[in-house]
Amino acid sequence: MALLEIRHVTKRFGGLAAVSDASLEIQPGEFFTLLGPSGCGKTTLLRMIAGFDVPDAGQILLDGVDLAATPPERRPFHTVFQSYALFPHMTVADNIAFPLRMAKVDERKLAARVAAALGEVRLQDMGTRYPNALSGGQKQRVALARALIDRPRLLLLDEPLAALDLKLREQMQSELISLQKDVGITFVYVTHDQGEALALSHRIAVMNEGRVSQIGTPDEVYEFPANRFVADFIGTCNLLDARVMALDGERVTLNVAGLGTVRAWSSRPCQQGDRGVLALRPEKIQLDRAPSSGGEASHFLGTIRGQMYLGDVTVYKVEIGNAVLVEALLPNSTARGARLFAPGDQIYLSWGYDAGRFIHDG
Amino acid sequence: MYLFLYLPLVVVVAYSFNQSRLGAEWTGFTLHWYQVLFADAEMMRAAWNSLVIGLVASVSATVFGTLAGLALHKFRLRLLPVLIVTPLAIPDILWGVSLLVFFVLLNLTLGMLSVILAHVAFCISYVAVVIRARLSGMDESLVEAARDLGATAWGSFRFVTLPLMAPGIIAGALLAFTMSIDDFVITFFTAGVGTTTLPLKIYTMIKVTVTPEINAVSTLLMVLTMLLVLAIARLSPQIPSGKP
Ligand SMILES: Nc1ncnc2c1ncn2[C@@H]1O[C@H](COP(=O)(O)OP(=O)(O)OP(=O)(O)O)[C@@H](O)[C@H]1O
Ligand SMILES: [Mg+2]
Repeated sequence: MALLEIRHVTKRFGGLAAVSDASLEIQPGEFFTLLGPSGCGKTTLLRMIAGFDVPDAGQILLDGVDLAATPPERRPFHTVFQSYALFPHMTVADNIAFPLRMAKVDERKLAARVAAALGEVRLQDMGTRYPNALSGGQKQRVALARALIDRPRLLLLDEPLAALDLKLREQMQSELISLQKDVGITFVYVTHDQGEALALSHRIAVMNEGRVSQIGTPDEVYEFPANRFVADFIGTCNLLDARVMALDGERVTLNVAGLGTVRAWSSRPCQQGDRGVLALRPEKIQLDRAPSSGGEASHFLGTIRGQMYLGDVTVYKVEIGNAVLVEALLPNSTARGARLFAPGDQIYLSWGYDAGRFIHDG
Repeated sequence: MYLFLYLPLVVVVAYSFNQSRLGAEWTGFTLHWYQVLFADAEMMRAAWNSLVIGLVASVSATVFGTLAGLALHKFRLRLLPVLIVTPLAIPDILWGVSLLVFFVLLNLTLGMLSVILAHVAFCISYVAVVIRARLSGMDESLVEAARDLGATAWGSFRFVTLPLMAPGIIAGALLAFTMSIDDFVITFFTAGVGTTTLPLKIYTMIKVTVTPEINAVSTLLMVLTMLLVLAIARLSPQIPSGKP
């Protein structure tokens, strides 16, 4: 049975539905991420799970039991706030001991558990400091230690790394992964950073304007986006208007505006004549000086219109015909990689038939 | 400009140590007037009254003002802030007159009790404003974090809100005490005949003659006020407010 189940939950602020009809299930031990752009309702959903906000409609169930009547302090969940919310008038050790004190744990057993928790996040010597004497990363770890010390069933994290600089963020990401594995606690993680979501999660719920757009593993949502929004929000994606000409199971033949016939996959059943988009990831397109000889591959002649050097890769903007502009991404596998093509060059683009995805409208 | 402001104060302090009775010329240093002051039974009774009124009024005003400040913070009503801030802008003389009329209507005998009630009334707003400022500087998520980590509504108040509010409460209490001990106008209207506080006593003495004893008592009052103001100022920015 699912650990936590969210059933058709809606929350309105004034006329605006911050969360509308959201449903999802979170399994025990999962690293589950709510991903979406700013204002899509991630925090609101998390606050309803924690018990700070009350849903206007729908239910939240823990082990199949409705939590509606349970106040936040009686839910076996803890939250790591974006601002960390460390108590400024308490030392690090007292902050970490707070949940135990509230649960009236014997003071004599307390010290050992606090010391162990400090060790878990590598802050052994920081127990007597006050939060304002800590760096951002250290505050982050104290917040984690405090939220994990009494082993909650669920840890809720609201953009916990947003305030950290890039290097520290990457380091904390791998620490979070191993911490979650070590403690075996279910994490519900909120972020607007798709890279972070892909890197950390077992499963991701992509949210848009209060609705759950798609739920799946990182590779599912990346490779098989269920709709135009997910394709566009996760990673970069070329989206070209298309229409289904013929179909054979999951394989479809499309008529793509400006390109003509292209073969692709459709993850959802569709019918001849359906309109939608062809979603094509930039890294799935090959660029060559000579036409490639792939059997079923799509290939087109194009002109390089622009390039952007990103260090590890170079992104080319390529014009096909006189109408379609697509992005293609080439790894800079050699030092010359970046200068392989120059604006104005005529090149051949190709991709395998399973590289493109057809996404239905509506 | 500031020199001009402080000059009279400096003169009063200096002359409180002057030997001359008439005070016009400097004839030598003495603590004589302080001895006279402490031997003056009426003056001591007035000081005692001021102290009792100040303590009782500031403690009560702190309790009610803190509750009002919490209410202001928690329920963001449109009218409540106006109700609480307006008294700060009302002239003392209006306070004095209206409280006097009110007490007379209530048939309350003017005396210590009426003065204390009057002081509580005008001090509450000062405390409430200090408390609200303190609370609005506090990170909202701290209270939620406390609840989230297992504290009940009362527990989160007891262990988080209250300790973070404490410097504000102390500052509010000191402010109320300062306002109370220095007040003349409102006390004048509500004290009746029997009760005298230090400012009232000084005023009545001046009407008779200016003696250096007045300089001495003024000096002491000034020092006390300055110490309190200093304490308030030190309390306000020093303590971490809870914003990370
Ligand atoms: N207390 C509130 N009162 C009114 N509107 C609110 C409140 N909380 C959230 N909203 C609105 O609900 C919508 C969703 O907000 P929410 O904070 O859940 O977004 P989010 O996905 O967490 O965004 P972000 O990534 O910026 O944190 C927003 O439009 C926001 O303005
Ligand atoms: Mg948010």
